[in-house]
Amino acid sequence: MAKNSEIKLIGTAASPFVNRVQFVLHLKSIEYEFIDENLASKSELLLKSNPVYKKVPVLLHANKPPIPESLIIIEYLDEIYPDIHPILPSDPLVRADNRFWANFIDNKFFPLFEELRRTPEKEGKEAIKKQLIEGSKLLEEAFVKFSNGKAYFGGDDVGYLDVVLGCFLGWTKFVEKHNEFKIIDEVRTPKLLEWTKRIWSHEALKDAIPRNETLMDFYMMLQINRPPRKATSS
Amino acid sequence: MADEVKLYGFRGSPYGCRVEIALNLKGIEYEFIQEDLSDKSADLIKYNPVHKKIPVLMHNGKPISESLVVVEYIDDVWKGVPILPRDAHEKARARFWAKFIDDKCIPAVFKALGSHGQEQAVAEAQEQLQFLENELKGNKFFGGDNINLVDISATYLAYWLGGAEEAIGIKVLTKDKFPKLTEWCENFVNCQTVKDTLIPREILVAFYKKRFGKA
Repeated sequence: MAKNSEIKLIGTAASPFVNRVQFVLHLKSIEYEFIDENLASKSELLLKSNPVYKKVPVLLHANKPPIPESLIIIEYLDEIYPDIHPILPSDPLVRADNRFWANFIDNKFFPLFEELRRTPEKEGKEAIKKQLIEGSKLLEEAFVKFSNGKAYFGGDDVGYLDVVLGCFLGWTKFVEKHNEFKIIDEVRTPKLLEWTKRIWSHEALKDAIPRNETLMDFYMMLQINRPPRKATSS
Repeated sequence: MADEVKLYGFRGSPYGCRVEIALNLKGIEYEFIQEDLSDKSADLIKYNPVHKKIPVLMHNGKPISESLVVVEYIDDVWKGVPILPRDAHEKARARFWAKFIDDKCIPAVFKALGSHGQEQAVAEAQEQLQFLENELKGNKFFGGDNINLVDISATYLAYWLGGAEEAIGIKVLTKDKFPKLTEWCENFVNCQTVKDTLIPREILVAFYKKRFGKA
């Protein structure tokens, strides 16, 4: 099958920020070329395309300057391909509310995953696990509000927050297993738990959620390149 | 029916200022509700339960939080002077720089200020400011002839930074390193839509003197 090389995505399979862009590309049936990055040894192309952050994902569209930052890429794709599976809602207030929760997920919720990995002592880890659980409860409430009885944050089908949060499910499972606790469970976050099953099995999304081996490789790379902090002596 | 617009804020907050500038650009009348940040109102906690922070915009009884989310909302709802570029790619670039200011630039500047001008911290802050210096590209504003989302996002740098620098007695945004950015600061604070939102400089400097233990 001929690839439409107008759109290229620089990324790595283990990055949830890359995955969420892939979700949107799949939902909109946009053909793209995936340029696989080795984050332990970043390519010239990546460094040139994203000199400010040197991070994935970066979207390359025809001859236009590169676009980094997953949420910005998603809004861009939604604007240039508005007719196929719109991602953001059209109502300004609901849009603002969606963006608010995306900020919460990216700035308050997901950073806790990395914090958990880097915190050496048990006490510290327990405190972060608590924050993750509190965060998941807020997300459960958000899901109830946005879904309004339907299957997804976006209603009948996948929308912005489904993509923004759904991309973390691989890592969620990984972190839960590794740390022997549940972030999303049937008691505290029942609706969210049901929702995760739909995301894992959704036609357009399931192939972009990385499997355990991919995550384990990435995790080992992080452990070496950005090791956990030294434990402070009591 | 006329729109009912209220802004829960704090005079002197650069984040609240972003929203006020956006409202001014669109010519929207609004009621400003001053919050006591050491004793937050029940309303603020009700309207922003997740973060309990200002600014919160109330539009016909509905709350919107997070300054840049609010600014985009204002651009979405009210026509008139555009805050974001219309072209999708230009819009993405504007959003990128606005986000950069919040995610990387301001935190680095805070570190430099908090360290009272420690060499390494200042160098790192200046590295981030250099990106903005380059981005101005000989234009009066990041938005070209008029201010846009990026200029609004950089409000702190235009006014608050200078106040903090004076209070501590250091210089991060120097004229020789950042001639374009320095000029931009001057142009930005003199915009009609910005001027009226700023608290007097003496009050700002006094606040920072206290904050950084220089009073």
